[in-house]
Amino acid sequence: MQKTVSLTVNGKPASATVEGRTLLVQLLREHLGLTGTHVGCDTSQCGACVVHVNGEAVKSCTLLAVQAEGANVLTIEGVATGDTLHPMQEAFRNNHALQCGFCTPGMVMSALDLVKNNPKPSDREIREYLEGNLCRCTGYHNIVLAIAEGAAVMRGEAPPANPHGVAAE
Amino acid sequence: MADGSSGMPAIGAPVRRREDYRFLTGQGTYTDDINRPGQLYAYILRSPHASARLSRIDTSGAASAPGVVAVFTGPDMAKDNIGGLPCGWLITSKDGSPMKEPPHPVLAVDRVRHVGDPVAVVIAETFPQARDAAEKIAVDYTVEAAVVDLLEALKPGAPQLWPEAPGNICYDWHLGDAAAVETAIGKAAKIVKLDLVNNRLVANAMEPRAAIGEYDRATGEHTLYTTSQNPHVIRLLMGANVLHIPETKLRVVAPDVGGGFGSKIFHYAEEAIVTWAAGKVRKPIKWTAERSESFMSDAHGRDHVTHVELALDKDAKFTALKVSTVANMGAYLSTFATSVPTYLYGTLLAGTYTTPAIYVETKAVFTNTVPVDAYRGAGRPEATFVVERIVDLAADELGMDPAELRRRNFIPANAFPYQTPVALQYDSGDYQTTLEMALRAARYAEFEQRRQEAARRGKLRGIGLATYIEACGIAPSAVAGALGARAGLYESGAIRVNPTGGVTVLTGSHSHGQGHETTFAQLVSEYLGVPIESVEIVHGDTNKLPFGMGTYGSRSLAVGGSAIVKAMDKIIAKGRKIAAHLLEASEADVEFKNGQFTVAGTDRSKAFAEIALTAYVPHNFPHEELDPGLDESAFYDPKNFTFPSGAHIAEIEIDPDTGSIEIVKFTASDDFGRIINPMIVAGQVHGGLAQGIGQAILEACVYDKQTGQLLTGSYNDYAMPRADDLPSFELSTHATLCTHNPLGVKGCGEAGAIGAPAAIANAVVDALKPLGVKHVEMPLTPQRLWQVIQQHQTRAAAD
Repeated sequence: MQKTVSLTVNGKPASATVEGRTLLVQLLREHLGLTGTHVGCDTSQCGACVVHVNGEAVKSCTLLAVQAEGANVLTIEGVATGDTLHPMQEAFRNNHALQCGFCTPGMVMSALDLVKNNPKPSDREIREYLEGNLCRCTGYHNIVLAIAEGAAVMRGEAPPANPHGVAAE
Repeated sequence: MADGSSGMPAIGAPVRRREDYRFLTGQGTYTDDINRPGQLYAYILRSPHASARLSRIDTSGAASAPGVVAVFTGPDMAKDNIGGLPCGWLITSKDGSPMKEPPHPVLAVDRVRHVGDPVAVVIAETFPQARDAAEKIAVDYTVEAAVVDLLEALKPGAPQLWPEAPGNICYDWHLGDAAAVETAIGKAAKIVKLDLVNNRLVANAMEPRAAIGEYDRATGEHTLYTTSQNPHVIRLLMGANVLHIPETKLRVVAPDVGGGFGSKIFHYAEEAIVTWAAGKVRKPIKWTAERSESFMSDAHGRDHVTHVELALDKDAKFTALKVSTVANMGAYLSTFATSVPTYLYGTLLAGTYTTPAIYVETKAVFTNTVPVDAYRGAGRPEATFVVERIVDLAADELGMDPAELRRRNFIPANAFPYQTPVALQYDSGDYQTTLEMALRAARYAEFEQRRQEAARRGKLRGIGLATYIEACGIAPSAVAGALGARAGLYESGAIRVNPTGGVTVLTGSHSHGQGHETTFAQLVSEYLGVPIESVEIVHGDTNKLPFGMGTYGSRSLAVGGSAIVKAMDKIIAKGRKIAAHLLEASEADVEFKNGQFTVAGTDRSKAFAEIALTAYVPHNFPHEELDPGLDESAFYDPKNFTFPSGAHIAEIEIDPDTGSIEIVKFTASDDFGRIINPMIVAGQVHGGLAQGIGQAILEACVYDKQTGQLLTGSYNDYAMPRADDLPSFELSTHATLCTHNPLGVKGCGEAGAIGAPAAIANAVVDALKPLGVKHVEMPLTPQRLWQVIQQHQTRAAAD
């Protein structure tokens, strides 16, 4: 059975005709061409598909597309402002918090959700929050540093001294 | 500023990665992100049984299902004379006979040999249609007994996988001097023995494998987009061995690839299926693995069982090492499977030590499991685990400090080049310094106080060290060929200087997270004195690049980088000739430095960009001596392996009530030779450590011994390391340069995965030493540790 879903994605109206079993992540990737949101597993464990739905971080493989009717969805493609990276994206870059890049969109979307709810997370809180996001490349070390830096900048503070010796731009 | 942002040369600077912007904004292009016009979707029906005879496959119900375009089975491929998937390394057994090399059909014919063995492919307009239709395929399986455990497979009466491999033995290989080892053992003051298991793992790159096949009737060209670490290798293996398509008509593209760790080296059935089927149906076909499919079709790693004996003299010097290993090959031989427990393992058993006599024998066995092949480290983590566990056990039995026992047996820093008894010649290293650096950083000397403090809190605290050596920069082609490799192992690099001075770099190496677009650009920027922004790195497309061997075994910079340097040397040599002409000087007087060709001792010079323009607008040009253009390529065949080394120290705490383990601190001190981008190198070490720690405390691929079912077939069952399982890491480096490649680089991609398992295991055994524990098998899960603690406490109480 086909159904048309209308929603807002990254601030713009979007609609698509999908099957009842179509997942939100499939709607985004296959119908709307937003391939920044990734699928890394089939058991809702890896977190590569995290997007924001009505301001909440959601694994988009756990939601049917039809459940997103009328929703306001933010994907990784909508995080930067024009060509200017969001401070969290910039922090990932400053700290080499990504390697192959596959888990990265989900990591950034989760990091933004964490900081929204906990503006000053400790390293332990960051690690615990990332329970639902798998990364096989970085060992998480630099992701933890990046989220701490991103959170500081989002609080309006100066970023902590870069531990890798990267000079400020 | 040395971060490259001002365009200045940047070797050694922590330059932010140039690839990050696209990945951080969702604009990466992974294989599954590509959609071709008119694209169809493939679903692969896989065997639910570990061992079964196949009689009838009835595809008629599927063929008439909605949206289905075609259904193919093994016999359909056989009609087109499609070949089997090849193995790239021939191992010769002790008795001189070649390994047993059974066929590896792309789609099963006559029987299936592991859960997940591909049986049929359904091609439909949408993926759900293909998957739904596959349920309508009727397959008559006659289920037979399976064997998944490698020791069970060797027992008399075990189910036999292949008639040509009696006893399930693929080969029985050895290396070293057995007589010298026996003599040394006979004279030893102390012999230490240990049986150990290297647990089976799944690489689990976060991007599942995917492939898109496409055929253009107008040009006759086949194209394969695939999640590969080495597109040319796939073109060669698939074109020549499987589909019989000439290179001129086969393009293989490996776009952004979401991690590999070895598992994306190999040529897989699905690549051949979509390429062949696209030619049949004349439409592009996409296949993307679901994760559960990855678990039962990606090559697995490790899976060894080993007996090791170490002989020591009265001064605690190692006099002999004897190793006997059984290695699981799975049901078929994957691309490089056979080399892993032999030449990537046995040759590493000298470790960092002067052990004068070493003998290793490896039996490779077939089982009803997914093929096993290289996974990060590939043989070297297994070797390091054997050596570093037995050394620690020796220290324990002698009552010696494990650091002191290692110091006493290290190859001295002034002994290089050092010939080991297992074929390798180490060119450089300084094991003492990396060990001392790690010991200081780990505050090793004060550990006993921390153990006591933890004991007061009811915790068992332990510290464990591991030193390692690895052989990277694979490999001198002549050496590899003599040992059975069916390929050369050089790398290609080409420098295409554009008329206005920008530099396009073509490399046969492939980046799937390593950051070549940054590191290689730093290298070229520094060598040619051009701004880093003017350097573009091109990789991953056989139609754009010279033939390349790809990325694995920490070889990209050591081999691929060296090829780029060789090509740049040719560019500079030609540039000097052009500059000499323009400056009316002798070529011998022209120096090249910081992007300027200068007549020595004068201020007369020409910038690199001027020379480039002259080469392409050759109005005033030495035509009698040179051709126009500034475009050079090179192939680099390494003279030797490179030998990264280092010392890793783990400090852990175990809660005896629950068996839970906390990694309190992890310290690594590594020698990678010259470092181009320290931030990227640290990232490589972090990731390797996470995988090594994952092997040590979390990960195990488990099959049911009765049914052959894969029990760890999803992330619900296979424990991937998560952020809160791991500590932050304390890293340092100490460089001794590689002596035989132009950059002095050694490679850093696998070190973490090689050193960490032994360091963690040694720390756990150290923590449990008060209970009398001598060894615990990985993964060191709370359940296993709790059981070991209970058993030993019960035993102690009974005593």
